[in-house]
Amino acid sequence: MLRLERRAHPSTLMMFASPLIAAVCMLITGYLLFILLGKDPLHAFWIFFIKPLTTAYGIGEWLLKATPLILCGLGLSIGFRASVWNIGAEGQLTMGAIAAGGVALYFHGVEATWVLPLMVCAGVAGGMAWAAIPAFLRTRFHTNEILVSLMLVYVAQLFLGYLVQGPWRDPDGFNFPQTKMFTDAEMLPLLVDGLRTNLAFVIALLLVAVSWFFSHKMFAGFRMQVSGLAPAAARYAGFSEKLNVWLALLIGGGMAGFAGMAEVAGPIGQLQPTISPGYGFAAIIVAFVGRLHPLGVLLASLLMSLLYLGGETAQMNLGLPSAVTGLFQGLLLFYLLAADIFITFRLKSHSRPMEQVRPVDALLPEELI
Amino acid sequence: MSVEQLIPIFASTVAAATPLAYAAFGELVTERSGVLNLGVEGMMLVGAVAGFAVAFHTGSLGLGFAAGMFSGVALALIFAVLTLSLQTNQVATGLALTLFGVGLSAFAGRDYVGVTLGGLQPLTIPLLSDIPFFGPLLFHFDILVYGSIVALFALQWFFGRSRWGLVLRAVGESPASAHAIGYSVIGIRYMAVLFGGAMSGLAGAYLSLAITPLWVEGMTAGRGWIALALVVFGTWKPMRVLLGAYLFGGVTILQFYGQGMGIHIASQLLSMLPYLVTIFVLVLISRNPKTILLNQPMSLGQSYYPHS
Amino acid sequence: MNIQLSHPRLELRGITKIYPSVVANEKVDLIVYPGEIHAVLGENGAGKSTLMKIIYGVTRPDAGEMLWENREVHIESPAEARRMGIGMVFQHFSLFETLTVAENISLALDTPMASSELAQRISAVSEEYGLPIDPHRLVHSMSVGERQRVEIVRCLLNRPRLLIMDEPTSVLTPQAVLKLFETLRRLAAEGCSILYISHKLDEIQALCDSATVLRSGCVTGTTSPKQETRESLARMMIGKDLPHCQMDTRTPGEVRLKINQLSLATVDPFGTHLQNIDLEVRSGEIVGIAGISGNGQKELLAALSGEQPAQQSDTTHISGTAAGKLNPAQRRKLGLRFVPEERLGRGAVPSLSLGLNALITGSDSSMVKRGLIDHSSVRVFAQAVIKRFNVKCGGDKALASSLSGGNLQKFIVGREIMFAPKMMIVAQPTWGVDIGAAQLIRQALIELRNQGVAVLVVSEELEELFMICDRIAVIADGRLSPVVAAVETSVAQIGLWMSGEFTQDNSELAHA
Repeated sequence: MLRLERRAHPSTLMMFASPLIAAVCMLITGYLLFILLGKDPLHAFWIFFIKPLTTAYGIGEWLLKATPLILCGLGLSIGFRASVWNIGAEGQLTMGAIAAGGVALYFHGVEATWVLPLMVCAGVAGGMAWAAIPAFLRTRFHTNEILVSLMLVYVAQLFLGYLVQGPWRDPDGFNFPQTKMFTDAEMLPLLVDGLRTNLAFVIALLLVAVSWFFSHKMFAGFRMQVSGLAPAAARYAGFSEKLNVWLALLIGGGMAGFAGMAEVAGPIGQLQPTISPGYGFAAIIVAFVGRLHPLGVLLASLLMSLLYLGGETAQMNLGLPSAVTGLFQGLLLFYLLAADIFITFRLKSHSRPMEQVRPVDALLPEELI
Repeated sequence: MSVEQLIPIFASTVAAATPLAYAAFGELVTERSGVLNLGVEGMMLVGAVAGFAVAFHTGSLGLGFAAGMFSGVALALIFAVLTLSLQTNQVATGLALTLFGVGLSAFAGRDYVGVTLGGLQPLTIPLLSDIPFFGPLLFHFDILVYGSIVALFALQWFFGRSRWGLVLRAVGESPASAHAIGYSVIGIRYMAVLFGGAMSGLAGAYLSLAITPLWVEGMTAGRGWIALALVVFGTWKPMRVLLGAYLFGGVTILQFYGQGMGIHIASQLLSMLPYLVTIFVLVLISRNPKTILLNQPMSLGQSYYPHS
Repeated sequence: MNIQLSHPRLELRGITKIYPSVVANEKVDLIVYPGEIHAVLGENGAGKSTLMKIIYGVTRPDAGEMLWENREVHIESPAEARRMGIGMVFQHFSLFETLTVAENISLALDTPMASSELAQRISAVSEEYGLPIDPHRLVHSMSVGERQRVEIVRCLLNRPRLLIMDEPTSVLTPQAVLKLFETLRRLAAEGCSILYISHKLDEIQALCDSATVLRSGCVTGTTSPKQETRESLARMMIGKDLPHCQMDTRTPGEVRLKINQLSLATVDPFGTHLQNIDLEVRSGEIVGIAGISGNGQKELLAALSGEQPAQQSDTTHISGTAAGKLNPAQRRKLGLRFVPEERLGRGAVPSLSLGLNALITGSDSSMVKRGLIDHSSVRVFAQAVIKRFNVKCGGDKALASSLSGGNLQKFIVGREIMFAPKMMIVAQPTWGVDIGAAQLIRQALIELRNQGVAVLVVSEELEELFMICDRIAVIADGRLSPVVAAVETSVAQIGLWMSGEFTQDNSELAHA
């Protein structure tokens, strides 16, 4: 009989291997799924994972879609490390887009260089403000931030719907629920002509480095990590719990808000009822698959972005439903959580060999004895 | 507004409240065993699509509801294996379950978008349903509405009087103690999680088979999360959870009757109400941390795996 | 004694239990006769609790056999153990705080009983054995001593033929210990065998007919403790003579910590309110606070450390500065250092390395420069602690969770000492720690005192307090007794105070 047994030390190998194992398991499931749907699995794989990256345009799209995932994923992973469960990045992204869009509409036609930076500030501030609600309610009234941040996603989306169908609707837009198109001065500059990848991707890469510096080099980042790993130890050390919650939510909200700004001032170019295919939720998966580490988040974002892109290509070329993307994303996280077990545990058969035994002096958890 | 006009409002309040009540009852049992399953939304969605699909193909609503429950159990089983046998983080796994459920239901439901079928009809109870005013008001509901009332009393009996209810509470308070005196903590938690899955699946099927009756992608619109909030709001007590569900049912239907009642606010803003009210009641209930500390199962959200 | 003539009630042969990183029991033999009070003696970590869990069916052995009344048995669960007639009173009780006494007891009964009948039987048994409890009370409202009675009554209702008591006296006053012994002797006289787990030599000599001594998971001897000396028992237990602390008399210096009329309402719904606490700790003295757990120690320590700051700042003075409202980090800046009772999860983060664990209370040191972590000085510091306090571990990169209780405690105490405190507060300095480490920690605290540091020790071990303290006070129900010189008081008086019988003295003192 097999059973789980705690390892004497967490396995570093598994820490790196488990995202890969999860990705492989996801691919195997995908293989079976494609067979089930009556597609040639290898061809489908090619369409899904390779074809999108065979053109420069495709690579541009890949990085473009990775950008909001990197931004939201970085912010969430800083929060999750601190055990602050902000799952409302989608709402914060929406509010960031609304705030940035509001600035763009207010200064519509003002062809000045300061408009775009102002939009960035507004986007960050919008996301932060939305995240400040759960932060305030948690620190002041002990209200669970999971539920509040999630409820605010629906509120933000309805608010966006209200704006684009009501006060902010483009009067010349044939009654479509959308705002005016932003002017060039209100759009993020493109990196390469002909591709839609814009400056936000570069900023996202910079923020990967900044996040790493914050989490691994700064005492403030260490403080948040301790708060997440052992709240009692954080209290004992005198780290403020309120500060922890505020920082975690504001950082997450700010990054998500910027992601929203980058969407509307990038590929979309206006406000619409829907501005994100669930980037804020997918970023939760990104954060976990990326091991809550900035570099991991970058890699996980690229993988998740490929899933979005592959889903679209597969829909066009194979007639597969685009919902396959969501399915793959969910599966990926499940497999990761399962594979993660083997970081701290290993499978053992019930008959035990005698190696690995250390003298009593170095024993493990004392409650065992 | 005449008194008779209240009847349909009351009826739709009850209809909107019933799936919330089922999902919250299920989560209540799960949480009382010490397990926090944030996957209610995902299980409801999968329950909704499975129920709709089976009812559509078999023509049997009963089979549809059974399929809804069964698929909820199947998803809950994934959650249980991960969190109970493999000891993954309950919060992360619950979120994963919801994200997976959203994806799976959208994928499985793609052929059923825009299809309609005859929904669950109200029962006509001889004599009682014919009483003027009160008949239509109280005795003109479908069987699952009455079922939710039965479930309330069953839960109250279970927690208050039955031995297994006592065991469940004990496991939720101190799994280590329960293990030490010889109860199978993992086994009991499995049961509680699977029950939660069945109830969530049923709640989802109720949405797609009784209320709309339609399948629409993402049709739960956060009801699973509201059910989670209801358990907190009801301080883990069945009666208060049900009352909370009716309160939310009322808020939810306000948007449909708002215009008729002369409230001229954009529909999107009215639709925000259930979510804003959820936040409001959560603040209200958690304002005093002792309320939560005294009522919340003490081991909620913490993994437990017996050493042996 | 004629009990030896009958068949053994329980016999263990070659019981072995191996955990991934440790051999908890190795080829353990043990024989208990009917009506015998049999001690299982060993220091912390010797494998006593694991052995008891095996007998009670909580844990299964990897090798060896177990004979119950001459028949080989494999006990698969506690329920099966209970059916056979084995009862166990756990050191950390297996009670449910939100349930009533009767509900708690019914959970451990294998045949359900009507609640009225159950209440009646509880009252009957508790009266018969002098263990008064009210079946309808909620457990969280009871003291630890009362909870232990619930555990014992719960066992007695199953009419056990073997009762396992795991370190039962750590939650009792010396007077209550004597009453417990009476109850146990009565049970033994009725033919019930008792396995008495302890590391307290005096108790075992006073109570037990025979003893099996464990060291590092192995049996080092079986003996009759009444015919042994304290020293010979200790040698069997730890393999050498009991160490003694070196402590000279000293005249204390200026007041470093002054608590003035501190009252604090607890945030824990099941906690204890602190009421009008007055206390002074001077440079160069060790003050001990005794008391049964759950009498406000947790709350007092949180108030002193700053984890639960007071409403008024003048209730606490650290080196003359009003500090009542300061948080732990601010109090550390004033030179106050604190070692909490819980090592894993509070004193140290289990999943972080020892290096990073040194950093959690080291933000004011050279390990942090302008908000940035200096990882090399973190390592140097952690290595220095490890070396100076003889912490057995895999270096500064070892995770805190990989250390034994004693070694982690040495690390945490050492860490705080290395930050050169002016005032040191230590909670349960040697709880769950092996004797070697306990000795090192106590001696380190004495040295701290000799260097002129003010030291406050909160402990449930009276013996320890008398060993290292200059002055002793007792906390009971959130109130603090007068502080008396250790040489001018006795275990008996402190024991009386532990049950709260000092309020009279206190008011006399106030009026004087």
